[in-house]
Amino acid sequence: MILFALRRLFGFAVTLLVAAIVIFWLLDLLPGDPAQFMLGINATPEAVARLRGQMGLDAPAHERFIGWILGMLQGDFGTSYTQRAPVAELIGGRLGVTLPLAVFAMVISMAVGLPLGILAARRRGKALDTIIMVTAQTGVAIPNFWFGMLLTLLFAVTLRWLPPGGFTPWNEDSGAALRGLVLPSLALALPQASILARVMRTALVDVTGQDYIRTARAKGLTMGEAVWRHGVRNALLPVLTILGLQFAYLVAGTIIVENVFYLPGLGRLIFTAISERDLILVRGATIILVVTVTATMLLTDIAYALVDPRLRERSTM
Amino acid sequence: MNKTIKAFGLALVLTTALAGMAMAQPTEVRIGVALEPPALDPTAGAAEAIDIVVYQNVFEGLTRIDQTGAVQPGLAESWTISEDGLTYTFKLHDGVTFHDGTSFDAEDVKFSFERILAADSTNAHPEFYKPITSITVIDPLTIELKLDRPIGRFLFDLGRGDAVIVAPESADNNANEPIGTGPFAFVQWDKGSRVILEAYGPYWGEPVHLTKASYVFIGDTATMTNALLAGDIDGTNNFATDALAVFEGNPQFNVLVGTTEGETILSTNNKKPPFDNLKVRQAMAHALDRQAIIDGTTNGYGAPIGAPFAPHNPYYVDLTATYPHDLEAAKALLAEAGLPDGFSATLKLPPVAYARTSGQIIASQFAEVGIKLELINVEWAQWLEDVYTNKDFDLTIVSHVEPFDIGNYANPDYYFGYDNPEFQALIEKLNGTTDEAVRKDLAIEAQTILANDAVNGYLFELAQTGVWNAKLTGMWQNSPIEGLVLRDIAWTE
Repeated sequence: MILFALRRLFGFAVTLLVAAIVIFWLLDLLPGDPAQFMLGINATPEAVARLRGQMGLDAPAHERFIGWILGMLQGDFGTSYTQRAPVAELIGGRLGVTLPLAVFAMVISMAVGLPLGILAARRRGKALDTIIMVTAQTGVAIPNFWFGMLLTLLFAVTLRWLPPGGFTPWNEDSGAALRGLVLPSLALALPQASILARVMRTALVDVTGQDYIRTARAKGLTMGEAVWRHGVRNALLPVLTILGLQFAYLVAGTIIVENVFYLPGLGRLIFTAISERDLILVRGATIILVVTVTATMLLTDIAYALVDPRLRERSTM
Repeated sequence: MNKTIKAFGLALVLTTALAGMAMAQPTEVRIGVALEPPALDPTAGAAEAIDIVVYQNVFEGLTRIDQTGAVQPGLAESWTISEDGLTYTFKLHDGVTFHDGTSFDAEDVKFSFERILAADSTNAHPEFYKPITSITVIDPLTIELKLDRPIGRFLFDLGRGDAVIVAPESADNNANEPIGTGPFAFVQWDKGSRVILEAYGPYWGEPVHLTKASYVFIGDTATMTNALLAGDIDGTNNFATDALAVFEGNPQFNVLVGTTEGETILSTNNKKPPFDNLKVRQAMAHALDRQAIIDGTTNGYGAPIGAPFAPHNPYYVDLTATYPHDLEAAKALLAEAGLPDGFSATLKLPPVAYARTSGQIIASQFAEVGIKLELINVEWAQWLEDVYTNKDFDLTIVSHVEPFDIGNYANPDYYFGYDNPEFQALIEKLNGTTDEAVRKDLAIEAQTILANDAVNGYLFELAQTGVWNAKLTGMWQNSPIEGLVLRDIAWTE
């Protein structure tokens, strides 16, 4: 198990290094000059050149790359070109919104999706199964930003129970912060819950046909007991894979929902930074995302091994 | 006994206070704006989003521009200009303090201008202040600026966001914690979310009506609509015209339509064939149907222009009839230019709705006279590099939003490459003239030259379309300078 974890950790480190190189050089190739962007179209070329110099953009690419990597190893992500504030601070502030949002959406989707999937599998072929699967299919098909707007219209504009968007910082009013995340989490959770329900159902249906379930039944367990004690654990493998991917998506891919609810999340930060050519901020934020996603994958792998001892043994050979 | 009376008295006071609070007018305003500023220092960046938040609210200059575009006294209560127009002496207001409590005097003015003119200045427009040759503190409330040549609109330039007065103690941190002398002090900036300002108690000027103002950053139009309808924000200064209909018939809202300084033009690469041929540019001007472009792009909001000049400016002259919409005339001019079958060109469109939509309309209008346009969508950063810096373009659509930016046409290296010595001499003369009547004549002459030369396709002046809670008053209807001035905004019954 330890060797397994170590090998995965090594893979993790290599992935990060490769990602850092790709992120740095790809962004260096982008057309566009942050200094020009800041000073606008009436600025003189001299003013732009001065600002470029102050931003440290005149140094050769390899020097800037090494400086960037060394800085990050010491926890210094540099200073944003356009916002003139430490990149780490800017990203940290956004993670205070994006991470809770991702976690809430995740919890809601699991709390709704998994039981529905199990229920549908247990009632396979019955009316309830059909209803749940049709609903889940619809849930996958509805774009989450559109669902978010419907939620806003109902709960914010018509009923006025919840704010239509925006975010109050946690330290100012945590109740208001929480209320601000309800609708976006719901909007994000809908497709995720639908996918989870479908995957859970399929996996459980597959498992129910297995020999060990029949054996368990032969030992005298009821179908419900057999599925609960032997089926669900085995069906969790594909579900875990999906969960890992979903969490990565929720951290990196929520930009549209963040726009709909004008939340100060990481997705919007990156989007703005790209359009303003605030490359140092884009790089820092992308690296953080790569770390989050690869770390999630790492944890998923380890969780696999915990659920299924066969995977550990295979990898130690 | 004594205690009981005290408690009773306290309860009475509290009840009265609470009742008073319930009766009182709201004094806070929450404003939705589409773009979040990258930083909050107006002297180190050109983004309009910066001025929207801080100009005249947090920061003030020696002069200020009012909502008609006229120059008013700001931190300078009065001034004298020498006969030769080279020496300006400003008398400063007494009792002014910065929001961190430090006092304001002539040394701060000297510091602010030296900062603009310094070799490592990151001001977007040092050229406006380059003619300043000396800055002399006469006494703590008097400062003298000497120029190397007369500048006709120097007092206006002093009122721009680029020239607000900052303090040496705080200037370096203004990007994230702006400290100025204005009626509102900066409180906090929740990045990605909002900026909060509060009325500054010891403000030297007329007290403002609001106690607090928040700017909430909402990029999406549908979201902005919901936020207005849900009462989460009280207004926005410039709402997308395609969704304006939602609010136009609603008595809870006041739709405020005014003008801006944004001349939207079909910028043309004057150095590149066939656009270097006047006849080709005239043909393009005849092919444009401005009203159709305005109707299709901004639902009819915005005024047609015949030269790059704002219609609300007192020097404006209507030149839209110089080359009226006339397909036959356009075809004839193309034939004269040796292009009877028209030609093909590219049109680069930055990511703003007015450009992307009007680009398609212009492409179809040009197709009628045989000019085939290939539309290329670009991002802003890419636009700045390709079009603006490298001048690698045929045509593009962009709004020039700075006040009185006609001077760009006198710069032969500017991206559209218009090189006319006669015009350059005229602008130099205009810049050096202080007499209003003469200035007006010269400005009209300048507009006429640019209209006749059809340097660019002049399309329309962007409208400002604000949507506000019907109980709010005091918002600027027009926007003669970039900003959203809170000074006069108040709640009414």
